[in-house]
Amino acid sequence: MIKKNNLYCVVASRQFNGIKGLLFILFLLLITTSVGWSKEAIPVAEDPVIEKRMLALTMDLRCLVCQNESIADSRADFSNDIRREIREQIKANKTDQEIVQFLVDRYGDFVLYNPPMKPTTMLLWFGPVILFIIGLGSLIVYLRRHRVQIEDVSLSQVQLERAEALLNENKKGKNV
Amino acid sequence: MMRYLIPLVAFIVLAAFLLVGLTLNPRQVPSPLIDKPAPIFQLNHLHEPDRLMASKDNLGKVWLLNVWASWCVACRDEHPLLVQLANSGIVPIYGLNYKDERTTALQWLKRYGDPYTISIVDPDGRVGIDYGVYGVPETYVIDKKGIIRHKQIGPVTVDSLQKTIIPLIIELQKKA
Repeated sequence: MIKKNNLYCVVASRQFNGIKGLLFILFLLLITTSVGWSKEAIPVAEDPVIEKRMLALTMDLRCLVCQNESIADSRADFSNDIRREIREQIKANKTDQEIVQFLVDRYGDFVLYNPPMKPTTMLLWFGPVILFIIGLGSLIVYLRRHRVQIEDVSLSQVQLERAEALLNENKKGKNV
Repeated sequence: MMRYLIPLVAFIVLAAFLLVGLTLNPRQVPSPLIDKPAPIFQLNHLHEPDRLMASKDNLGKVWLLNVWASWCVACRDEHPLLVQLANSGIVPIYGLNYKDERTTALQWLKRYGDPYTISIVDPDGRVGIDYGVYGVPETYVIDKKGIIRHKQIGPVTVDSLQKTIIPLIIELQKKA
């Protein structure tokens, strides 16, 4: 593409001089670079009911090629294939559960954005709760200790009177 | 002393976890198919499209199923190793030509060498879904009873062949 543009420039600059020539070159650049048409959207399957169910299902499934996208969002070839497979299975009257199981059997739990509760996923499910409890516990312990420290500082009656006497003395001294 | 020690230990533990996390490859998704029967298939040969090969034809021998395509760049990296492995006669390699075009696939084999005992064709990736293929190349080690014993995701390397795949093949070949 770039090579082609350069060629146009050379040809153009020989025929035109000055601003006119420059404008012509710019115009040529414009028409030659805007040719990159975007791909047309793939037509949605004929049956909107199937499409709706397929979308709802694929929203919670991970595209294994582009791991941070759901199969519903992804335009990867892999996701196209899985969507086709799911459409066909819906047409074959499979339940959602059967379809998800079909994919888990082949790609493992990793394909699910919502992982099942199993011994291996316990930490995943309860880790945050455990961390929260530890945090809450240490906060409570810290605050309790703090309160004890504040109470320790409280003065006895005698000490208070002494302090007051000292303050008064100070005031008198300043007044004079 | 404990006041400083506890956060320090907590930090070291967290840092250790994160460090290990850095070395993990998120693309290596453990396959649920390991130690399960290889999905059955019946597919056309690549070279002679009229002929069919069924997965059960390979019962009784240890074999490799290598998923490849002419559009797959990483396949080119591993290909010389597969040719070498095929020449060594340790194990027969069967090629699953995944979502490819026949003519380009044949050209590709002519140019880079053909390590495959038989190449079979999966034009729309349906058998690929059954095998949980999501990143070509992938290589499966299948034992005499037709059970998948290992799955290599991505290109095979000298390291993975010497340390894992070949020892596993030899061990499986000794078994009845």
